[in-house]
Amino acid sequence: MMASSYNAKEEDGHHSGATSHGGAGAVKSKKPDNTAFKQQRLPAWQPILTAGTVLPAFFVIGLIFIPIGIGLYVTSNNIKEFEVDYTGVDVDSPCYTCAMNFSWNNTLPCTCSVDFTLEQPFESNVFMYYGLSNFYQNHRRYVKSRDDSQLNGDRSALTNPSKECEPYRTSEGVPIAPCGAIANSLFNDTLDLFHIDSNGSRNAINLVKKGIAWWTDKHVKFRNPGGNSNITLAFQGTAKPVNWRKPVFELDPSDPENNGFINEDFIVWMRTAALPTFRKLYRIIQKKSSTTPTLPSGKYTLEITYNYPVLSFDGRKRMILSTISWMGGKNPFLGIAYITVGSICFFLGVVLLIIHHKYDTRNNSADIPN
Amino acid sequence: MTWRSPLALMRDALRGQRAREKDLRNLVSNLPYEGLEKAKQPNRYFPSNAIKTTKYTLLLFIPMNLFEQFHRLANIYFVGLAILNFIPVVNAFQPEVALIPICVILSLTALKDAWEDFRRYQSDRKLNNTPCLIYSRKEKQFVERRWKDVRVGDFVKVVCNEIVPADLLLLDTSDLKGVCLIETANLDGETNLKQRTVVSGLSNPEFEPESFNSVVVCERPNNNLNHFKCYVEKPDKERAGAGIESLLLRGCTVRNTDHAVGFVVYAGHETKSMLNNNESRYKRSKLERKLNIDVIFCVILLFAMCLVGALGHFLWLQALPGVPPYLVADSSGHLDGPSLSGFYMFFTMIILLQILIPISLYVSIELVKIGQIFFITNDIDLFDEETDSRMQCKSLNITEDLGQIEYIFSDKTGTLTENKMVFRRCSVMGTEYPHKENAIRLAVLDEPESEEEVIFNQRPQSLQTGWSLDAEDTAPRDTTQRRGSRRRSKVAGIAQSDVAFSSPLETEVIPDKKLLQQISRAESSSGSRKTDPYLDFFLALAICNTVVVSMATAQRRRVSVSPRSYHTTNLLERLSSLVKNVGSSCLSSCKRKPKRNRTFSENSVVEEDHFRPSVKMETTKDTYGLQTCSLHAASQSNKPAATSGDLRYEAESPDEAALVYAAKAYGFILLARTPDSVTVRLPSGEDLVFEVLDTLTFDSNRKRMSVLVRHPITKEYVLFTKGADYAIMELLGTPYAEHFSGSKKNIAADTQHHLDCYAKEGLRTLCVTKKVVSAKVYESWLVDRQRALAAIDNREELIMDTAVQMETNLTLLGATGIEDRLQENVPDTIMALREAGIQVWVLTGDKPETAVNIGYACRLLEEEDLVINMSCNNKLTCTSILDCTLEEVRRYSADPRNVDTTPDISLVIDGRTLAMALSPDLQERFVDLAKRCRSVLCCRVTPLQKSRVVKVVRERLKVMTLAIGDGANDVNMIQAADIGIGISGQEGMQAVMASDFAISRFRHLKKLLLVHGHWCYTRLANMIIYFFYKNVAYVNLLFWYQFFCGFSGTAMIDYWLMIFFNLFFTSAPPIMFGIMDKDVSAEVLLGVPELYRTGQGAGEYKCSTFWVSILDAFYQSLVCFFIPYLAYQDSDIDLFTFGTPLNTISLFTILLHLSIEIKAWTVVHWVIMLGSVALYFIVTLAYSAICVTCNPPSNPYWILQSQMADPMFYLICLISTVVALLPRYTFHVMRNSIAPSPLVQARHLDQLDPSEREQWIKEWRSFRGGGQVKRSRLSTPPSPSLETHADIFPESPTASDIIGDDFTLNVISENYQGPVHT
Repeated sequence: MMASSYNAKEEDGHHSGATSHGGAGAVKSKKPDNTAFKQQRLPAWQPILTAGTVLPAFFVIGLIFIPIGIGLYVTSNNIKEFEVDYTGVDVDSPCYTCAMNFSWNNTLPCTCSVDFTLEQPFESNVFMYYGLSNFYQNHRRYVKSRDDSQLNGDRSALTNPSKECEPYRTSEGVPIAPCGAIANSLFNDTLDLFHIDSNGSRNAINLVKKGIAWWTDKHVKFRNPGGNSNITLAFQGTAKPVNWRKPVFELDPSDPENNGFINEDFIVWMRTAALPTFRKLYRIIQKKSSTTPTLPSGKYTLEITYNYPVLSFDGRKRMILSTISWMGGKNPFLGIAYITVGSICFFLGVVLLIIHHKYDTRNNSADIPN
Repeated sequence: MTWRSPLALMRDALRGQRAREKDLRNLVSNLPYEGLEKAKQPNRYFPSNAIKTTKYTLLLFIPMNLFEQFHRLANIYFVGLAILNFIPVVNAFQPEVALIPICVILSLTALKDAWEDFRRYQSDRKLNNTPCLIYSRKEKQFVERRWKDVRVGDFVKVVCNEIVPADLLLLDTSDLKGVCLIETANLDGETNLKQRTVVSGLSNPEFEPESFNSVVVCERPNNNLNHFKCYVEKPDKERAGAGIESLLLRGCTVRNTDHAVGFVVYAGHETKSMLNNNESRYKRSKLERKLNIDVIFCVILLFAMCLVGALGHFLWLQALPGVPPYLVADSSGHLDGPSLSGFYMFFTMIILLQILIPISLYVSIELVKIGQIFFITNDIDLFDEETDSRMQCKSLNITEDLGQIEYIFSDKTGTLTENKMVFRRCSVMGTEYPHKENAIRLAVLDEPESEEEVIFNQRPQSLQTGWSLDAEDTAPRDTTQRRGSRRRSKVAGIAQSDVAFSSPLETEVIPDKKLLQQISRAESSSGSRKTDPYLDFFLALAICNTVVVSMATAQRRRVSVSPRSYHTTNLLERLSSLVKNVGSSCLSSCKRKPKRNRTFSENSVVEEDHFRPSVKMETTKDTYGLQTCSLHAASQSNKPAATSGDLRYEAESPDEAALVYAAKAYGFILLARTPDSVTVRLPSGEDLVFEVLDTLTFDSNRKRMSVLVRHPITKEYVLFTKGADYAIMELLGTPYAEHFSGSKKNIAADTQHHLDCYAKEGLRTLCVTKKVVSAKVYESWLVDRQRALAAIDNREELIMDTAVQMETNLTLLGATGIEDRLQENVPDTIMALREAGIQVWVLTGDKPETAVNIGYACRLLEEEDLVINMSCNNKLTCTSILDCTLEEVRRYSADPRNVDTTPDISLVIDGRTLAMALSPDLQERFVDLAKRCRSVLCCRVTPLQKSRVVKVVRERLKVMTLAIGDGANDVNMIQAADIGIGISGQEGMQAVMASDFAISRFRHLKKLLLVHGHWCYTRLANMIIYFFYKNVAYVNLLFWYQFFCGFSGTAMIDYWLMIFFNLFFTSAPPIMFGIMDKDVSAEVLLGVPELYRTGQGAGEYKCSTFWVSILDAFYQSLVCFFIPYLAYQDSDIDLFTFGTPLNTISLFTILLHLSIEIKAWTVVHWVIMLGSVALYFIVTLAYSAICVTCNPPSNPYWILQSQMADPMFYLICLISTVVALLPRYTFHVMRNSIAPSPLVQARHLDQLDPSEREQWIKEWRSFRGGGQVKRSRLSTPPSPSLETHADIFPESPTASDIIGDDFTLNVISENYQGPVHT
């Protein structure tokens, strides 16, 4: 057990006992430095959480949270939102036939129209969403099934997509662009909105399809191979995703700038939703003037080109019209939460006040029990 | 190199193997073979002297280090996960990223190992290249070579102050008698010089390496530093035996010898010192054991969660009516069925939730412990200026155990006491000589304040009188710096000498006048025969030891004092007047204790010097102090100063030195010691040279040592034996005295009385005897002896047998009492430890009386304590005592009058009884009794018993034990305890080597346990709990998300950010918390030792604490997940945008959770906490700005930026953090306000300003102290049966044996006053 320490092993600075008997002047004291850090005497703030010290914090939290909560609640309540389910599960719903007779390869588009009435007019810009329920865009394998390099316009990735895209990587030996399950399952219903005048005539509402994707997505993350010049040529030698009816460079026949990977509907779809019930921005109905509401109250018809099947997973399809505020869409939860938490804090503050009066004074002359 | 067939090579290798494995080795000189190729070298099979302590080589570092690291289960777990991730069906992330954590951890550890190994390599290289002298036949002389060139069979010359390069068989020295002195401080820390002699029987007066043609036969290398068996076979087949006394061990330093030549028997890794070089031990702390259980809980939790995931996935798949577009088939278009997918999902979940097993915790704990050790070793209060030594931590991983100690087992000598032996009194031929003057001198020194003054005052004078100190150390200093300068001068002195008796205070003895007269009378009357018992007594003191004499002027630098006794006579007069003054004012302890008085038969004893420390000495102090250093024996003033004054005595045990110094004081000066002679100068100035025939060395079985000499005048064979009284008394033959003095005194009985008296004073006693051996007896004995010495098997036993044979029929000369003073602050420390709820046991080899006395002196026993004294001779009585004592104690504590008080019961037990009590059938009862006692004193215990006691208590009571000791006899105990603490003191370094922590004074234990122990424990416990919490809280976010992604194993947080989260953003704060948090300041912890109790038992790291924090983690993760979930429900939020606020919220929650736990915020805390937050934002922002397509499945690009532009992000973060932390915060506040724990109260105390705090602690102490006094008055022992026994105590064990009572059960309940206050 007598480990000899003589072979100069000064491990970690603590050398075992035997000091050298070398020169007399060479004796260097091992005395530790008397510094605040080494002696653990650094000046410190030592808060003690007692009722007395934290009382103000509770009241302050309460006083801050309740107004925030009220603000949020009011804001949320001012947001107008309208939702219509057009899945067509019920026999008497207009899209029932379309829903039933679905197959991905239908050549004839099935159309149906849903009528609805807006009770209140929608002011300012109105955002039109499509909503899907029970669609697990966040499934692990699904989320992975894409090739970001390809979408970023990488030529080599265009012709040789990532393995992650399997089994939607190639179609009969030809690389698919855009590859992967996400792109393959692109939402392809077309929604048109008509306002029914009091005299019964249908006025198509102008739906803006630009500006629905993130600016960074449109301009940085998604790029067409070889820029935007002649994208048909750029996509030569690639196949369209198996579920698609038209190739990626023909997604928007009306606007050549909105084709290929930078098609905004496509970009929006590619940003996979976090939760199984989600909505995605479809169109924006821009404010016409300050005097007339964007969408006056009244009757509307939603015309759907019904392409997208959801019955295989018990899904629902919805069209949502919503105005938005600084806090986004309508969601009263946060406001209520703030108000509740604020109130609880306030209440706790009061309880602590009582406790403080009962106990804290005693603490100052307290003794430590054995 | 000639080519050799592989067969020959193999044969050679086999032969080499056999040669190394053989029990006996035949070694021959290398010289005849010098210059020949290796294959012809006779000693080629033995390793060379080059050493390699490195673990790795440059090439093999990576594979070997990896192999080493994979011994850790945690690392294998990690690698397993990484491999799992490479299996496509189960992987959760990209396979490559899963390798990152394990790679980081492995490479960090590898870097650390590489650095350590490099340092080892450097020191090896330095050592291997140290020059040394090897004989070369070519050059016919010793030539300079390197250590690594030394081979077995070489002749190596070592000159003075050089380190021995290999194990050498000593063949020649510069000393005429063939003696070589070595210092083994490097090996065992013992600083006294040891004597080695050349192999006897090689009768060449002129040693010539070239003519050495004998064969050295030695045993196989072993690691026993104290044994070596070997013989040298000369060409004529004559054998000369040699043992350890002829072996120079590698690493020793040659001292006081010009040069020595040795034959290399073992080299390199086969040397004894290298074989002793073992790795630092790995102990697992209690906390770590508990932690491992909790890790297993985590594993169970993980499996449960994975099972939930797998089952969920299965059910989810089954509920699907068709094949939805989001189910991705494999490349062949095939989709797994729900059950198979569920099965795969289980593994995916393990990968996903792997952080639940806190692998990084182990790394963090290691880092924290390094930090904690850094602070402990750097504590200036644990630094001992006298020995210039810091506290040392030898075991790096049990710091937190220091905060949980419940039982302390302490050695007495050297641990509680200084182990600086001071001769106090002696009894010769049944007459007691109290040495009053000497006692007064020591009493003055004992006063702590005056000590300083005295020593300081002496300093300037001592400069003139010849302290050989460096001028710089003794330069006059300002009076304000007195203390410091004294210390420094002392430090300097000791750093150079490392010897026990550097200060004259311990070495000087003022002779007793009566005894001096007696001696001079004896000397004159006995004439030239010199066989007067008084003379014999002192001769025995001077001869019967193993003290080595060295000169102060030798090369070895030592502090020495020239004995220029100036005002000697003057001084003695002053002293005697002092005695008169003091004598009137001091009280005899015997008088105060009438009960004990009965055993004292002689007035001389009763009158003796039980000085109270409060004796006023101020008036005389200054003048007295001036003399202290020059105090010297009066009888010596006429001696030539140069010879006797320069003598330094180097003793293995301080007792021996004390006795030699005592003999010196009476004029019996030990002048020289060689293996076969001792020179002693008599008071008359005559030098006697005794021929030493044999030395029967001390061993712990015999408890005595003897020296057999031939008297130069009478030519008689005389055996002087000294040893423990009980070991000697039974060997006494016919009394010496009767034929000479006429008085019919029974010397043995009288001496025994004196011995008992000494023991009660707390002195260490030794008996000194003499035996005249007739030539016939000696010769017959010598035959046996030589046979024993030559034996290779059972050598030790045979030698001991012969020793026992000789040591019979001894004649008692007298006895000595040596004082071993208590160390500074020992009573205070013991008090504090007891207030801290620690039971202190003292295990000592001393007699019960001595031990009890020391027990009172160091406040281990209190005056109002109920002391149970157990001592019995047979097991039956032992059982019955144990039973009835236990019954009494139980009744005592069950008595309603004592309900509110804990009875202060102390147990004194002797070794024999202890052995019985520890037998398996009584163990339980004994432990039960001991548990109820506040302190236990075990006397006369052997080292083995010490460790048994520790083991029994540790295993039976399941408590944390600490053993502290300083000597080799404590090694067993130190190793048996949970924590072993060694005191680097006078008795070498064995204890320190075996210990986990090494301190230099007992009082350091107080701060070490109460402050550092508490801190380390609370820090680490809180850190570990926090770590579990942190991992669970974070991982659960992912788990909750599984409910919303079809249990598909999706992570909504970018994997890089997840890794960074654990690796960078939240790793530094808990480590800093574990190293630097300070719940209560050191002052308050020391002032209120009760706070230590918070760590005992389960302490802060309870099972409940663990589960509460896990539950809290679940709650917090629920909040962190569901508030954002509800806020973002049915919106167009995308996967990673949803994950970002979650990540941010958990960062804030986790860090703020920690800040609720942090008790003291220093600059470091602020920097690290704020730095972590800043790092998170900087790294994440940079990552989201740069990474467009770099991490395929996730697209972090611009996500945090867009989130930070959204007010909702902040609002969600704010409310989630508040809601997550509200319960814990409120709970802390409520608990601290309504039912504050002692620690919280202590923190309140901490906030008072220092003077107020001091005042408070004082008041509180006095209040509590008052309570105790009151309590003891109230509670008189309830049982009459106990009181009847109380009277038995004062009788000595021998007396009770005579009465026929074969056991004593003594209970002293009140008014027992400890006589010695030091």
